[in-house]
Amino acid sequence: MHASAPISELRQPKSAAQPRLTLAGITKSFPGVRALSDVSLALYPGQVTALIGENGAGKSTLVKILTGIYQPDAGEIRIDGAPVKLPSAHAAFENGITAIHQETVLFDDLSVAENIFLGHAPKTRLGTIDWRRMHAEAREVLDAMRAAHIDPTARLRDLGIANKHLVAVGRAMSIDAQIVIMDEPTAALSAKEIEELFLLIEFLKDEGKAILFISHKFDEIERIADRYTVFRDGEMVGEGLLAETDQRQIVRMMVGRAVDTIFPERRPTVGGPLLEVSGLSHPTEFDDISFALRKGEILGFYGLVGAGRSEVMQAIAGMTPVSAGTMTLAGVPIAPKSAADAVATGIAYVPEERGSQGVVIGLPIFQNISLPSLKRTSKHGVLRLAEEFRLARTYAERLDLRAASLSQDVGTLSGGNQQKVVIAKWLATEPKVIILDEPTKGIDIGSKAAVHAFMAELVEGGLSVIMVSSELPEVLGMSDRIVVMREGRIAKIFDNDDLDAETLVRAAAGIAA
Amino acid sequence: MKTLLKNREIWLLAAIVLLIGLIATRFPAFAAPGNLLRVFNDTSILIILALGQMAVILTRSIDLSMASNLAFTGMVVAMTNAAFPEIPVAILIALAMLIGAALGAFNGLLVWLLGIPPIVVTLGTLTVFRGAAFVVSGGAWVNADQMSQAFINLQRGAILGLPVLSWFAIAAIAVFYLLMTRTPLGRAIYAIGVNPTAAVYTGIDVGRTKFIAFVISGLVSGLCGYLWISRYVIASVEVASGYELTIVAACVIGGISIAGGIGSVAGAVMGALFLGIINNALPVINISPFWQLAISGAAILLAVILNARGERKKGRIILRKAATA
Repeated sequence: MHASAPISELRQPKSAAQPRLTLAGITKSFPGVRALSDVSLALYPGQVTALIGENGAGKSTLVKILTGIYQPDAGEIRIDGAPVKLPSAHAAFENGITAIHQETVLFDDLSVAENIFLGHAPKTRLGTIDWRRMHAEAREVLDAMRAAHIDPTARLRDLGIANKHLVAVGRAMSIDAQIVIMDEPTAALSAKEIEELFLLIEFLKDEGKAILFISHKFDEIERIADRYTVFRDGEMVGEGLLAETDQRQIVRMMVGRAVDTIFPERRPTVGGPLLEVSGLSHPTEFDDISFALRKGEILGFYGLVGAGRSEVMQAIAGMTPVSAGTMTLAGVPIAPKSAADAVATGIAYVPEERGSQGVVIGLPIFQNISLPSLKRTSKHGVLRLAEEFRLARTYAERLDLRAASLSQDVGTLSGGNQQKVVIAKWLATEPKVIILDEPTKGIDIGSKAAVHAFMAELVEGGLSVIMVSSELPEVLGMSDRIVVMREGRIAKIFDNDDLDAETLVRAAAGIAA
Repeated sequence: MKTLLKNREIWLLAAIVLLIGLIATRFPAFAAPGNLLRVFNDTSILIILALGQMAVILTRSIDLSMASNLAFTGMVVAMTNAAFPEIPVAILIALAMLIGAALGAFNGLLVWLLGIPPIVVTLGTLTVFRGAAFVVSGGAWVNADQMSQAFINLQRGAILGLPVLSWFAIAAIAVFYLLMTRTPLGRAIYAIGVNPTAAVYTGIDVGRTKFIAFVISGLVSGLCGYLWISRYVIASVEVASGYELTIVAACVIGGISIAGGIGSVAGAVMGALFLGIINNALPVINISPFWQLAISGAAILLAVILNARGERKKGRIILRKAATA
């Protein structure tokens, strides 16, 4: 066997059937980022394979390749041993691959039967849709799935999310899809609905479908999956039968990595509490959040996607109203009602999505930097451009921004330099507390190091930083203390000494030590 | 981006020069400075209205009620003038701007507080305002002989050889230029047009900014209500009927993106001038009114196609950046 053959073929138990779908040597790069590097994956008929990995490990990219949205740069996709190409979403569909997403992608205003048969509806001899047959066949499909309670003529809008999932599966059944991808299907479901979904997955297994199940929740994976594949930083780092491993081993595979980033040496001189948050609650997103950020401290926030970290930060920054709780900044009670309020009190929030929430592409760099500080750069309501330029130049230099001119459109900069513009914009408001939400997401290593060095410099200058990050090395390498959130609550607050990645991941996933 | 915009306006300027040149081959007197100034004066009202519309369109909104606002406000000031000829014209102008701004604020509040799409709100008030003009006038006209001489003649006076009406347009251009490039409000208008989400995170109140834009478009509609009535010396319910689309057309030809965030004062002015030239020139070179409509329409389509191409280029840059992220 060739050395580069997928591990799955080597480890595969002799009794198991041939894989229905095999990925071999799949590589996908985006400019500056390698999202997937030589990964392999095998899905077996009648089995559920769990795809596990941290945020940014490459799971979504893989799903997009499997559903024909992205094209791999290299590698091969085989179905039943035969190589296939998936140049479009339609091609993936034709090859029997179907995906069920967190928020199901269906048509709310069409009926259940129309959703199931959209694109392959039974026709009459005149070429019009044969409604009677379509409804009858939809009834059959739903009955076979033990979903007799769903009326094929009902409008999809009137169904709950769990039932929408059922319709999505019904659609998969109607095209005789053999490969079903479930991308965090339980994220929006109640406990009871999750049970129903699991029954449905059991049914799909009995039907011999090959299922890829993506979830952050270990209890679900243990419950439903037969096999696992672990991704880390775009590489496949382990796979096998779940029965032959345990959660500790999987966590170790998820986080164990070579240290490839060097974090700045810091001698923190942490002062007294600056921002104190007490019992902050939101009706649906988070509950009873209490912590204190000390002067000159980097406080890390770690958690799985959907743990509520960004939501808490948005509340602190005045973007989301809270239902209960209090905040004080330097002993003074604050209750920001808008981002402008928060900026005025000295809290700056650098949001997670640089492109959609951070930079204003189309405006020049200097106007981006001065945007939240226009009150200070104008006099009697008139902007002073020289003043704006001075402000922008000061912060652009502090952040080592690489740009030909401050008048150039911010859209012409690289991701890393755009991030510097966003951070510069907030520093220019001269905050006491700066909240950085995933500050190095999707930027190249060099820019990452620059952002990290700059964070160290900021806290030395007396600023306090809250850093929300899903990157374990970053959280461990930069934070003085780490708040771990899980399902909208604070799981634990750690002092960052002798802390290891596994402890953090276990706290975030709710696995007992 | 900035160079792209510059280019676009240079192209528009070139198109205007070419247009004048073409007309001059058939009718040389058209290109005489005196005549061009007359064309500018004739286009003044459209220029002012297009500037107001520009402020609204930049925020990803649209104001279809401008012409109806103009008709209502014009009717009210004309009736006031007819009933109380002793009230100074300056006060009537202030009144027109106030009424116009109030109607604009009504649009703006519906957009801001109820979150109704601007096109729906102003489609409604387009009819409501004109209906209100009918109600206040009872369908009657205000004729020239009912208006005071001061009311009619103010805009016909000359300062430095230019009619006062032209000075109104020049003042509007100056005010809008300063507003859009030299005030925090102007900056906020562009920012929410380009990226409303980022603007919210920056502490800009998107709803409030849109509201102010509607007040501005209302205010200029009111001002133009007076200018229109005193220029054509008749106030009727049908005044400027359908003109809202001409205003939008001027903006579109001027390179102001209907998707918001892109556009400039120079663009709006030249878009209006382009239409003004066509409307003034085609009759003198004996082109039928039917062709005039077709030519205006073709100019709009051409402008949209050129702008769409410009924006696609920009889109590609965004995509490349998004892939990097």
